[in-house]
Amino acid sequence: MTNVADRSMSLALRGITRISGSDTLDKIKGRKPMELLLYRGTRDGFKAISAAGRTFSPPKKSSGKDGARLKTGTPSGQFDLTPDDEQQFLVEAVSDFAANRLRAIAHESEKGGIPQDLLDEAAELGLTMLGVPESAGGAVTERSAVTGVLVAEALAYGDAGLAVALLAPAAVATALASWGDADQQEQYLTPFLSEDIPVAALALAEPQALADPLKPQTTAKPIADGYVLNGVKALVPRGADCDLLIVGATIEGGGPALFIVETSRDGVTVAEDPAMGLKAAKLGRIKLDNVTLPASALLGKADAAIYSECVSRSQLAWAAIGSGLTKAVRDFVVGYVNERIAFGEPISHRQAVAFMVSDIAIEHEGLRLTTLRAAARADAGSDYRREVTLARTLARKHGMTIGSQGVQLLGGHGFIDEYPVERWYRDLRAVGVLDGIVLV
Amino acid sequence: MSINLEVPKKFVPLLTMAHTVADEVFLPISRKYDREEHTRPKELDALAALMAGMDEAGGTEGAGAAAGRVKDTTQGNKNGSNMSTALGIVELCRADVGLLLSMPGQGLGNSAIAAVANDEQLARFGGKWAAMAITEPEAGSDSAAIRTTAILDEATGEYVLNGEKIYVTSGERADVVVVWATLDPKIGRPAIKSFIVERSNPGMVLERLEHKLGIRASDTAAFRLVDCRVPKENLLGDPEINVEKGFAGVMQTFDNTRPLVAAMAVGLTRGCLEDCKAIIEQAGLEIDYDKPAALQPAAVAEYLEMEADYEAAYLLMMQATWMADNKLPNSLNASMAKAKAGRTCTDVALRCVAIAGALGYSEESLAEKRARDAKILDIFEGTQQIQLLIIARQLLKLTSAQLR
Repeated sequence: MTNVADRSMSLALRGITRISGSDTLDKIKGRKPMELLLYRGTRDGFKAISAAGRTFSPPKKSSGKDGARLKTGTPSGQFDLTPDDEQQFLVEAVSDFAANRLRAIAHESEKGGIPQDLLDEAAELGLTMLGVPESAGGAVTERSAVTGVLVAEALAYGDAGLAVALLAPAAVATALASWGDADQQEQYLTPFLSEDIPVAALALAEPQALADPLKPQTTAKPIADGYVLNGVKALVPRGADCDLLIVGATIEGGGPALFIVETSRDGVTVAEDPAMGLKAAKLGRIKLDNVTLPASALLGKADAAIYSECVSRSQLAWAAIGSGLTKAVRDFVVGYVNERIAFGEPISHRQAVAFMVSDIAIEHEGLRLTTLRAAARADAGSDYRREVTLARTLARKHGMTIGSQGVQLLGGHGFIDEYPVERWYRDLRAVGVLDGIVLV
Repeated sequence: MSINLEVPKKFVPLLTMAHTVADEVFLPISRKYDREEHTRPKELDALAALMAGMDEAGGTEGAGAAAGRVKDTTQGNKNGSNMSTALGIVELCRADVGLLLSMPGQGLGNSAIAAVANDEQLARFGGKWAAMAITEPEAGSDSAAIRTTAILDEATGEYVLNGEKIYVTSGERADVVVVWATLDPKIGRPAIKSFIVERSNPGMVLERLEHKLGIRASDTAAFRLVDCRVPKENLLGDPEINVEKGFAGVMQTFDNTRPLVAAMAVGLTRGCLEDCKAIIEQAGLEIDYDKPAALQPAAVAEYLEMEADYEAAYLLMMQATWMADNKLPNSLNASMAKAKAGRTCTDVALRCVAIAGALGYSEESLAEKRARDAKILDIFEGTQQIQLLIIARQLLKLTSAQLR
């Protein structure tokens, strides 16, 4: 298995032995790029995950039972856009946190990543408990994709990179609660309900063009008492610090399935995978090189329907992030175009500017409602794949248009990092494109 | 209660009926009345009861002709006649917008009467088919610029109307026309009032019926008002010129009617997509919601993109009607629904013709007709640009003097 990082390192090393002493190299001023290549090759090389000190103790005796599950809600039969009191309360708390904390440090976090105190505050909000039943130590009795959507939207309004970093462990907790058996829940889910939440991620995306999320290239080869995994997972939040992954892989001779992978296992290595945006999430690329897993690492019994549900619910969460980001753009440009003076009056007095603001508002609202409908259908037990796909399509198309319009409305100011719109532009490209990471 | 964006259960029987009417009554005569412009579609006379049923299905408050009278005292979430009417319109416009506009008793004037008529006026005009006459040759989107005058003749207790009105939908077929006129052109918006004029009034002269790009089943009339005498009891709303309240009164009607026009656009778009899907599947392609668009045939990827915009328009329309039913201020949302639905239906209808190629362009299919019908939906009841102005002024908190 080779990849770009491997190849660049080996190229660079080969180069060193062959031509580093040659005069030709200096003449063609090739030394700088070559040294850079070598530097990058080394820096980006995959290494063992240093922080992976965390262990997850298995239950002393296997119960063989199914896991605790959330109930499905009962549809009301009425069209209603009002969140219930609990949702209202939660969204207000999260919105507060997003506006006061996330937005305030969004810029510096692009370099520094997510600070510990923010992680602690987020733990207090209980994000990892929202998809976990009370009977398993969580916060809820009914599974609610709507609540998940409202929370993801509110967090992304503050900052998408930080939101993704905070929601990544919650996605793993939700996956374990939804599809784990009793043993898996005892071993892996319990730590997510403590104060010291594991660093964890749902790793579905892979670094291939034209990837089909339902056909992961990562393979799982069945062996006598387990599986051997091989493949590469892209854009994993806090990859370098990750304790636990849920990985999508295709079982040889079978379909796609989810596997619980402790990153301390032999053959798991990580490299930095910095991307266009979501930088606060400190994305990493994970390589699985002959990683041997016990049979108990298989989550959801290799059921293709569960894998498909996982992909859809993840895409739904991304649409919610798109909704939060586009709302952030909308509210920001409303303030800006009213304050910015050109030709003796606020630029908002010009239709060319004002109409763009209207379009942003229309398409944001359309995306928000489409996302909510998909989530509400999931909660009612109806088929929601069509609605998720439509929300994802809107997020990819109009989300990015709004990101671009946000920068455009600020002109040159939009292009520099003194204003948040260039960050939103970069973050919005992820929406409707990435798979995994977040889940409702 | 919880968030839910599905069609309310109680509307399902009515919508099933509307769906059947669209298939069994509208579709078979859709092409016929497109070709026979200005011929009255008699097949529709029996259907007026259906539309009345839609209003009743929704309960008491709302946009339809029977709406807004009984005081509603129930608590909590409401799904009322704004929503049921809109959903019924979607079902019918799936087949034909022009025929929907030709439904007896369902003119825009009926909405105005329902919204502002007093009890006595309602008794006299409630059951009549009412068209609406706002536009003039020199006053389109700028409806405050209308020049038709209404001068009170104290001696007879009548208003005397003089002016010219164009683009009056159902102007020939309706029983009465709600005419917008100014009591004093110097005062501007606050002096504009609406008057119920009987079609039989000799002062209301039918000039011509327009030949149009689309919605040919619906008649579009032009009138001259020549010393047209109307009893002063036919003035809708407050006869005083109130500079404070001004134009807001007459314009409020639009908060209820714009979502209905959005519903027409949503219905037309749905019809386009249904036909388009059939064509794509006949060609041996499958619409797969699980596969990324980049891995699907171009026609399927385009279909998914169109369907996504349809979904956004549909839900914006539902939101605007839900807000109206729940007495929430919906002016912003009504305009968002109208803007999104208007542009989506034109865009989708034209793309569906292109996907179907020569077949779509031929009169053999309804695709080309829908593409011609679609354009009006982004124009009447406030053009795309007027909606964007309304939305922007609200978001940016700007007056019409600041953002012109």
